[in-house]
Amino acid sequence: MSESVPVVELDGITKRFPGVVANDRVELRVMPGEVHAIVGENGAGKSTLMKILYGMQRPDEGTIRVAGAEVHFRSPKDALAKGIGMVHQHFMLADNLTVLENVILGFEPRRGPTIDVAQAKERIEKLSGSYGLPLQPDRLVEDLAVGERQRVEIIKVLYRGARILILDEPTAVLVPAEVEDLFDHLRELQREGVTIIFISHKLEEVLTLADTITVMRGGRTVATVKPQDVTRRQLAELMVGSELPRPETRESTVRDDIAMSVHGLTVRTKEGRVLLESLSFDIRRGEVLGIAGVEGNGQRELVEAVMGLSPVVEGTIRLGERVITRWSTRTRRENGISYIPEDRQEMGLLLPSPLWENTMLGHQTKEPFARGPWIDADGARERTRLVLDDFRVVAPGVDVSAYVLSGGNQQKLIVGREMTADPLMLIAAQPTRGIDVGAQAAVWDEIRRARKLGLGVLLISADLEELIGLSDTLYVIFRGRLVARLDPQTVTPQELGSYMTGAHLEAEEG
Amino acid sequence: MRVRRMLIALLAPVSALVLAVLISSAAVLLIHKSPITTFRLMASFGVRTDSLIFAANEAIPLFVSGLAVAIGFKMGLFNIGVEGQYTLAALVAAYVGAVTPVPGVIRIVLILLVAMIVGAAWASIGGVLKITRGVHEVISTIMLNFVAFGITAYLLSHFLKQQNLRGDFVIKTKEIPSSGLIPSLNGLLRALGVHPPAGSELYGFLPLAIVIGVAYYVLVWRTRFGYDLRASGSNPDAARVSGVDSRAMVMKMMILSGAIAGLVGMPDLFGLYHRYTIDFVAGLGFTGIAVALVGRNHPVGIALAAFLFGFLDRAAQILDLEGIPKEITIIMRGVIILCVVIAYEVVRRIVQAQEVRAAAERMRLMTQEAESVPA
Repeated sequence: MSESVPVVELDGITKRFPGVVANDRVELRVMPGEVHAIVGENGAGKSTLMKILYGMQRPDEGTIRVAGAEVHFRSPKDALAKGIGMVHQHFMLADNLTVLENVILGFEPRRGPTIDVAQAKERIEKLSGSYGLPLQPDRLVEDLAVGERQRVEIIKVLYRGARILILDEPTAVLVPAEVEDLFDHLRELQREGVTIIFISHKLEEVLTLADTITVMRGGRTVATVKPQDVTRRQLAELMVGSELPRPETRESTVRDDIAMSVHGLTVRTKEGRVLLESLSFDIRRGEVLGIAGVEGNGQRELVEAVMGLSPVVEGTIRLGERVITRWSTRTRRENGISYIPEDRQEMGLLLPSPLWENTMLGHQTKEPFARGPWIDADGARERTRLVLDDFRVVAPGVDVSAYVLSGGNQQKLIVGREMTADPLMLIAAQPTRGIDVGAQAAVWDEIRRARKLGLGVLLISADLEELIGLSDTLYVIFRGRLVARLDPQTVTPQELGSYMTGAHLEAEEG
Repeated sequence: MRVRRMLIALLAPVSALVLAVLISSAAVLLIHKSPITTFRLMASFGVRTDSLIFAANEAIPLFVSGLAVAIGFKMGLFNIGVEGQYTLAALVAAYVGAVTPVPGVIRIVLILLVAMIVGAAWASIGGVLKITRGVHEVISTIMLNFVAFGITAYLLSHFLKQQNLRGDFVIKTKEIPSSGLIPSLNGLLRALGVHPPAGSELYGFLPLAIVIGVAYYVLVWRTRFGYDLRASGSNPDAARVSGVDSRAMVMKMMILSGAIAGLVGMPDLFGLYHRYTIDFVAGLGFTGIAVALVGRNHPVGIALAAFLFGFLDRAAQILDLEGIPKEITIIMRGVIILCVVIAYEVVRRIVQAQEVRAAAERMRLMTQEAESVPA
C-alpha cells in the first residue's frame, strides 16, 4: 500500500477570509483505505480544509488531486462524483421522514414517475449489510437516537457513491458507548476499502482509531505522524504549542447556606408532555453542581425554568431564602442570578452592536449601565474596559462590534460581564463549547473563582472531563429526571455514560 | 477616523441616488424623451418657493408615518397598519375636535391626544393577536387596514357627518374652529425673508414633527427602554435571556407605533382640510413604509427620505405640461427604494469585512506584544 498513489492529495492549499488566513499552504496526503485523522484546536482550520475538500469552498491557492488526477470542485456534487462524501457534525436529516426517505433524498431511484421504493430499500439493506451498519429503513428519523442518526448520515453518503468519507467531529454528539460502536463501524468500513478522514480534537480517540494523524495549528499542517510513534502528550503539544490545562478543582469551598434550591420542579409542554419531572436539588454557596446528560434530556428546560424563561408547572425555586418561582427573568437577574447561555451567539450577544452594549446585556437595568430610565454609555464603556482587562479579552476597543471577536474572546466577554455583575448564583450552560484551549482554561478558572467567592454554580455541560473536574456534586439527567447523584471524585466517564444513556436501567431490570 | 466614518455613511445613499438616476434615465430614454431635459425641468420647477413649501408639507406627514413604521422596525416588528390607524384616528380626532366646546390651545391638544389614543388602540389589536394567538403582525395589521377603512366610512356616513348641508355632496365632519387649528409658519418664513406666494402655506405641524423626531431619537438610543427595544430587534433570543419580556415589548411597541401613526393625518387636518372628509389624504401609511426603509430607521434619514419623496411628487407636476408622463417619478421612487436597500447591504458587508480585518490585525499586534513581554 505504501507505494500506491495517495487517494487524496492536497498541495499548498491556502484559503483567506476577511481578517484571517484559515488555511495557509496546507499539505495533506491520504492513502487509500486508511483512517486519516486531522487534529487541531478549534479554529486551527480543520473545518475549512474539509469544506474545500468537499467542494463547499474553493481554495485561493493550491491544488487538489484525487487518485493522482487534479480536480477542481465547484460544489459538493463534484466532490461526490469523485467519491468524496461528508458526514457533518450537525446532522442534515429531515426528522419527519423515514430513514429510507432521508437516505435517498435527492437521489431517488425512479420507476416511471414514481420512486422505486423497493429498489431503494434493497440497495440500502445491501449497503447496511456489507458495511455492518445496522439500520431500520422504515423508522422515522425523529424516533432515532443520536448514534443511529449518525449511521443514517453515513449510509446516506455511501448511498451517493462515496468511497472517501469525511467525518467532522463525529464523536462530539455521542456518549462513550456510542463512540465505541461508531469506531467498530468505521473499522468495518475500512475493511471494505473505504478511506476515512476523521476530524477531531479528542486525542484518545485519534490515537485509538487512526492509521495516520495530521496535526493542524493556526491554519497550517504542522506534522504528520503515526499513532504508535507519539504519546498523547506529544500530540497535544503539537496541537496546542504549549501545555494543556486541566479542569481540576482543589479543596472544597462548600459552605452551609444554600444559594439556590429547586424542589419538585416539573415542566410540561402546552400539550402536556412532561419535559422535566419533579427535579429537586440544593446548591450551596461555594458549590459547583454539575448536570451531566446527553443533549435533549431536559437540560435546556431546566435552565429555562431556573432563568424564568419558561413557566414552571409545579415546584418551587428558591434563591437563598426567597421563593423566585414566579419572578420574571429580569427580576431574577437583578437579584443576582448570572447566566452564561449555551449558545453565545444566539443567546448571549448582539453581534452587530458595540462591545459596551454587549457588556450591558442582561444587566441593563443596573449600575453602571443605567441611571434611572437612561442608559449610561460612559459607565458601560468604563465597565467594558474593566472586563476586557480583567478577563483578558483580546479586543481592539470597546466600540467595535462583537462579531470581530473570536469565539473564545466572545465567551470571555460573556463570562466577564456575568462575573462582574456581582452575582449570588451562576448558571453556566456549556460554557466551553467550541472555544479554544486557552479560552477554555480561562473559563474554568472563572468558574473555580466563582466557587471560591461563595457563589453557587449550576454547571450544565456535555464535556464529561469538565463536569468531573469542576463539580463538587454531580447529577445525571435522563429523560427529564435526575437519575443519579454521583461523586465526581470517584466516578469514571464509563459509569457516567451508562447513566446518561439509561443503560443502568436495563442492567437493573435485567 | 471620524471623517472616514462619515464618508462611509454617505457612500450608500449617494451611490443609491446615482444608481437611481441612471436607471430612471434609462426609463426616460425608453419612451424617447431626454433624461437631461426631464431632470432639468424637475430641478428648476422643484426649487421654486411654492414647490419647496408643497414638498415640505407633503414630507411632514410622511416623516411622521416613517417614524411610526421605523420604531416597529427597530425591534423587528412590522406595523403595516399605519394607513388604517391614521385614517381612523383622523376621523375620530377631527370629529371630537370639532364638537367639543373647549378653548383654542386645549382643542389642539385634545385633537392630538384623541388621534394618538385611537391610533394606539387600533394598532394594539395587532399586538394582542400576536401575543395571544401568534398571528403575525404583518398579516393582522394589513387586514386591519381594510377593517379600519370600512369602519371609518361607516362611522362618518352614519354618525359623525355634518348634517343639513344643502347642495354639498361631500360627506364630511363639522369644521374645526380656526382657533383650534395650528397656524401656518408663513409668518415665520416672512420674518426670515422668504415670501411665499398666495395660497402657499407651510404647515404649522413642522415644529411638532421635529419634536417627535427628537423624541424618537432619544427614546431609541438614549433610554433603557430603547436599549431593550434595539436588543429585541437585533437578537430576540438574547434579549429574552437578558430579561426583556418579549410579549410586553410587542404590546408596548404596537401601542407606541400606533400612537405615532395616529398623528400622521394631523398635519393635513390642521393645515389643509380642517375636518375629516371622504376624500381625506390617503396612502401616507403605505408610503411611510418606504420612507422608513430608505431613511434606515434613523430620524435624520427618514426626514431626508420624506423630503425627497415630497420633492419628487411636486417636481413631477411640471412634466405633464412638457409631454413627459409624470409617472416617471413613480419609477424613480421605486428604483430609489431598491437601490437604497441594495447599496446599504453592500456597504454594510464591505464595512463589516474591513472592521473584521482591521480588528484581526490589531489583535495580532496585541498578542505579539503580550508574548514579547516575559511572563
